[in-house]
Amino acid sequence: MNQKSSLMTKLSGSPYIVWAVLFIIVPLCMVAYYAFTDKTGAFTIDNMAQISKYADTFILSIWLGLLATVICLVIAYPLAYIMASKGPEKQSTMTMLIMLPMWMNFLLRTYSWMTILEDNGLLTSALNSVVDFINNTAGLSLDPVHLINTRGAVVVGMVYNFLPYMILPIYTVMLKSDRSLVEAAQDLGGNRLDVFRNVTLPLSVPGIVSGFTMVFVPSVSTFYISQKLGGTGTILIGDIIETQFQTANNFNLGASLSFVLMILIFICLAVMNRFSDDDGGVII
Amino acid sequence: MMKRIMCIIASLLVIASCLCPVAMAQPEKDYSHLKGTTINVYNWGEYISDGSEGSLDVNKEFEKRYGITVNYTNFESNENMYNKLISGGANYDVVIPSDYMIAKLAEEGLLAELDYENIPNHKYILDKYKGLYFDPDNKYCVPYTVGMVGLIYNTKMVDGTPDSWSIMWDERYAGKILIFNNPRDTFGIAQFLLGQSINTTDLKDWDAAIEKLKEQNPLVASYVMDEIFGKMENNEAAIAAYYAGDFLTMHDVNPDLAFCYPKEGVNFFVDAMCIPKNAQNKEAAELYINFMCEEEIAVANANYICYATPHALVLESDDYDLKGDPILYPDEANTPPTEIFENLDYETQQYMSMLWNELKIEGNSNIDAYVGLSASVVLVVVYMIYKFIKKKKREAYY
Repeated sequence: MNQKSSLMTKLSGSPYIVWAVLFIIVPLCMVAYYAFTDKTGAFTIDNMAQISKYADTFILSIWLGLLATVICLVIAYPLAYIMASKGPEKQSTMTMLIMLPMWMNFLLRTYSWMTILEDNGLLTSALNSVVDFINNTAGLSLDPVHLINTRGAVVVGMVYNFLPYMILPIYTVMLKSDRSLVEAAQDLGGNRLDVFRNVTLPLSVPGIVSGFTMVFVPSVSTFYISQKLGGTGTILIGDIIETQFQTANNFNLGASLSFVLMILIFICLAVMNRFSDDDGGVII
Repeated sequence: MMKRIMCIIASLLVIASCLCPVAMAQPEKDYSHLKGTTINVYNWGEYISDGSEGSLDVNKEFEKRYGITVNYTNFESNENMYNKLISGGANYDVVIPSDYMIAKLAEEGLLAELDYENIPNHKYILDKYKGLYFDPDNKYCVPYTVGMVGLIYNTKMVDGTPDSWSIMWDERYAGKILIFNNPRDTFGIAQFLLGQSINTTDLKDWDAAIEKLKEQNPLVASYVMDEIFGKMENNEAAIAAYYAGDFLTMHDVNPDLAFCYPKEGVNFFVDAMCIPKNAQNKEAAELYINFMCEEEIAVANANYICYATPHALVLESDDYDLKGDPILYPDEANTPPTEIFENLDYETQQYMSMLWNELKIEGNSNIDAYVGLSASVVLVVVYMIYKFIKKKKREAYY
């Protein structure tokens, strides 16, 4: 009986195992293979040696990704907190509003940001009329605002596109956390700040960690957002990788860049995970 | 009497049988066995009359006439198309690459030889576009469009009438200059300006060209392909290099735009229809190519795409809106020196790709990234030490 059920368990897991082997393990091996071979298939570390040239690009990508993730966190956390404390009807409306933009195509959303931020775009012209007004009334000579083709624009694009991935995990974790722990803390005489610092925040750390992962990883590796909003000064590592596959036809360099990017992301996430271990361990 | 009648009938029969093969060949060949099949057509974006704005929907027309389904997809650049083709992920029956890419594909044995018996309309293609270097024996392709690259500028934002590529290096237009997001066209501009050949294999020439482009990099707003339409039409950029035919499309929307062929020289290109070697439905593909060369269809495409046409009947057709357009068909005096892209050898291609990467990351000034990242690292380390101390204290307390 016992053996049979364990067989069933194994079998029920098999679709995912097949999936994982075919579409995760095999491609990963192929990336590694291409990263360490040349055009003819012979082993080489030339590709890896070339990567030092792109160190700056890696750093820029990680920095902008991190910035976008932190901004997402700052926006998402209070919102998730408020949402979780509202009644069920309001919650479903708010969830819906957050999901709504995700129903639209990602490329389209980024493209529309391009037209919003352009010099004759919606936002820029509105801001510039304010600047003109200030200049005229106060006699100042402020420069007109320029938004498109800057790093700020890229970060805005990342935050806008990936914000729901930060809100939803935090919100879910907060919703599921045990209200009685909060009540217990209040009974023990904790004021609102104490309760938040010692109960709510540590309990929501798993949500923060998964939100961080879900925003950071796509932000670091994006190329579409930086191509459309970043101009010539913000070429991210995703752009370089894309070029290797799309135009340069140098799969080997592309694969080795992806390989290194994967390792770097892994390191960043490992550091992030240490936070959750520490805090989780203390509370639970 | 009877004999005479018999005689007449017999001679009529003889005549008829002589005429018969001619009569059989002239009308449409029988394609009914292709009914229900599918062809995969792989073309540039916005490069066929598709029924929008009252134009003729060419693919639909083909499907209606022959009962063959057209599976139509787009690519953004020749290199894009090449990678898709060799990666083997998809089979295409008709592809429409440019000159140098046709040379490359033919050299690598990736193209099927066309059976011109099935493409009688090939005779309408002007002789000057046949037998060019990429297909000297007329084996692989039927030209679809031809054209030149030129300088597009906004008359409201640019002083005077530019006639040289050097305006793309003019600091007055910093942040208002757009450049191709593909290496060959972009290098081409610098190479014309430097008086090099765009097909040079001397690596020193490429070094000089990249220096020139690095000089320009701080002034460039962004690398674009089809986004250029929106940006030029909305006065977002002042100067751009792009294909002459596309200028006409933009000019329809924004009449402040103007065009010139820089005096240093421009790239001349031919895009032609080919059939890949691994095509599944070659006969239908040839039928499609022939169909594209029919007068009515070719006129619809030429009107829609706005690129110059290699098709003799279109040039004379009264339905052709751009007949004798001075930009598409400049007279002798206004034609700039031109050069066609050739397929570069492997080393030069690799070198160019490397320089292209270098150019792209050139503009990144990274002080903010360094400062920001080191600050974050310091923060994380401090936080971890703080946690560690707190933990130790707590352990000591218990």
